Amino acid sequence: MTKNLYLWVIPLLPLVGAAINGLFGRRFKNAMVSAVALLFTAVSFGWAAWAVYSVWPGGATAHIETLPFPWITAGSFSAPFGFYLDQLSMIMVLVVTGVGFLIHIYSVGYMSHEGGYYRFFAYLNLFMFFMLTLVLANNYLLMFVGWEGVGLASYLLIGFYFLKDSAANAGKKAFIVNRIGDFAFLIGMFLLIQHFGSLNYDTVFGKIAEAHFSPEVGWGFFTITALCLMFGATGKSAQVPLYVWLPDAMEGPTPVSALIHAATMVTAGIYMIARSHAIFNLAPHALEIVAIIGCLTAIFAATMGLAQTDIKRVLAYSTVSQLGYMFLACGVAAYAAGIFHLMTHAFFKALLFLGAGSVIHAVGGEQDMRRMGGLRTKIPVTFWVVTIATIAIAGIPPFAGFFSKDQILGAVFHSPYGGPVIWAVGVITAGLTSFYMFRLWFMTFFGEYKPDADLGDAHLAPTAHAASAHGADAHGSGHDDGHGHGGVHESPWVMLAPLVILAVLSVAGGWVGIPEFIGGNNKIEHFLAPVMESPAVAGEQPAPAMKVLDPISRPEEKPTNEELLLAGTSVAAAIFGFFFAWLLYYKKPELPDRITSKIHGIYTMVLHKYYVDEGYGAIFVKPLLALSTVVFWRGVDQGVIDGLVNGAGATSKGIGNELRRMQSGNIRSYAAWVAIGGAAVLAYMIWLGVK
Amino acid sequence: MVPLSWYLILSAVLFCLGVFGFLLKRNIITIFMSIELMLNAVNLSFVAFANYWNTHLDKLPSGAQMVPLSGHVFVFFVMVVAAAEAAVGLAIIISVFRTRETLNVDRVNLLKL
Repeated sequence: MTKNLYLWVIPLLPLVGAAINGLFGRRFKNAMVSAVALLFTAVSFGWAAWAVYSVWPGGATAHIETLPFPWITAGSFSAPFGFYLDQLSMIMVLVVTGVGFLIHIYSVGYMSHEGGYYRFFAYLNLFMFFMLTLVLANNYLLMFVGWEGVGLASYLLIGFYFLKDSAANAGKKAFIVNRIGDFAFLIGMFLLIQHFGSLNYDTVFGKIAEAHFSPEVGWGFFTITALCLMFGATGKSAQVPLYVWLPDAMEGPTPVSALIHAATMVTAGIYMIARSHAIFNLAPHALEIVAIIGCLTAIFAATMGLAQTDIKRVLAYSTVSQLGYMFLACGVAAYAAGIFHLMTHAFFKALLFLGAGSVIHAVGGEQDMRRMGGLRTKIPVTFWVVTIATIAIAGIPPFAGFFSKDQILGAVFHSPYGGPVIWAVGVITAGLTSFYMFRLWFMTFFGEYKPDADLGDAHLAPTAHAASAHGADAHGSGHDDGHGHGGVHESPWVMLAPLVILAVLSVAGGWVGIPEFIGGNNKIEHFLAPVMESPAVAGEQPAPAMKVLDPISRPEEKPTNEELLLAGTSVAAAIFGFFFAWLLYYKKPELPDRITSKIHGIYTMVLHKYYVDEGYGAIFVKPLLALSTVVFWRGVDQGVIDGLVNGAGATSKGIGNELRRMQSGNIRSYAAWVAIGGAAVLAYMIWLGVK
Repeated sequence: MVPLSWYLILSAVLFCLGVFGFLLKRNIITIFMSIELMLNAVNLSFVAFANYWNTHLDKLPSGAQMVPLSGHVFVFFVMVVAAAEAAVGLAIIISVFRTRETLNVDRVNLLKL
């Protein structure tokens, strides 16, 4: 028996914080609320770090702790309150608690002028509890509790400004879209129970390992299960076709966007797929589909990000796109690369969002980049940290994003599920990423500060329309946020300190994964190797196309020149992106107008995000609403159910109404009734006598 | 000797007159008289039966006993109660008339719901 680490304490601490703030926070002063929230998160982080340190570096088997009492027992099925600490959950738990703690600190400054301060921190702590449950659970069911819980916390925080319609609707949208994915996840779990009688990771994966299944050629059990799980992940991780909720989720306060909708919650789907890699490895079709979905998401979201003018929306589409990369990595069975990108993305995207929050704070709640500009000298610290994050996400060495993105692209190129075409799409996406990020950077920090820019000029006319659903509201939200005080000013240090720490991580975070071909030793992949055995066994199967190379041994087998060439291509794409952004938004700022008016049709389509929301509205939402209104509401609910209840009431009322006439209060009519009754009795007696 | 059925038919006719008078008349005095009529119709049948059984002891069912004057006693009871009722009723009628200045029962229905 290994040492007891009391892992259950890690998620429980934020729950205690949430309970204290949620129940009593209304009477606390703001300082007290933030003290409670920060203390419990910090202790949770410390405990997690200690637990990780205690089992470091972990063996091939996970450290499992189960609470002594059962949770759910039904027949032969049982799900315990169990916690699972292996290399994968070590990374996740440290990212969640660490980045989460930094964002808590930042929120102290960012939210200081807001109403509902205690509510915000209670929700944020609640989110931490569920997210830690999700990553530490030792069975799918407990993971699902966390999975649903983070959805709840996300709903509550997106709708934090619940008096605003757009925020309340965005919250509902996120919740409902996620529910569609959750349904598939549930089906996947039922399939697992049916086949393995258990949802515990070690039982399921142990059985799979013992049985030595060979990868399915057709569409068997593993493929269906994997597809169900994958569809669940597309909801949570905002992939095609369920990505639509994430851009709208930007209605929440900016720290929420950073924590939930960039760094942690949306990566839950990636974590789940990586956790279930044993199932996915046996389902080549599912892997192929995962890769295609990831690839599609990456490029579509990246193109949609090109035309956005709301600073947070650009970052939202960027998040979707980067999540697509992680999906792609999982799809080519390079789970370690996916998790690596998840980690570095958590650093630089959290930094970007918090930096954007700092910018929004500085310019008094404005979120439209066309009303910014020239902020470089006014908010220098924010400028520098955002610069670091931008370079990191663009994938320029030696910043973090380069290593993780390069690892994914390298794996895609060599994988049978990927190949040069998908790799090329990935590289183009990298170029687009670089372009829109530097566009954001130039629009925000260079040029002139134009807070009163007129946004209604000719070529932008569609924007007003496109943004009517969100853009216009977003401005409103900005002002609601209560940041409209004073001129442009740098944020307080309580906000800048987390930015600086995250900036350091954005630079250095990638160095744990420096690949062999440029002199590193890819520590993170070796670290994750015991958990993430890649489907090398798949090489035994007949179809040669399915042969998969062990990513760990790959660099030795492949000429390093090719690796360098691949890396060089993606860096070149990034530099191209930078160059075009520089040309269009710094050197010749009038060019974009001319270009967009030339390709007006495509531009409008991109601006409207390919009309996906409208399409979903027409295909799913409207018919469903009509069906619900006509059949379920008017028909079943009002017709049958209300009809039965009201009918019973109306019947007795009618009978009573008729019988009421008997009790007229008129004595003589009573006497008449008595007389009639007497006569009737008499007649009956006579009739009896005659008979 | 008048047969029993004649008395009974007369009694029934009187009772029905009382019932219909009670139901149809509006005047409270007439209603009161109708009630007396019904009571006395019943009285008539009581004494008729009493007389009949006293003269036809042989037709009694076996085991039954005829107590002398039992029917007459009932009649006296009824008359006493009717007299008391008449006293109270007439007092009420007078009081009603004093306040309402009418004897029409349809106008004395303030207690009705």
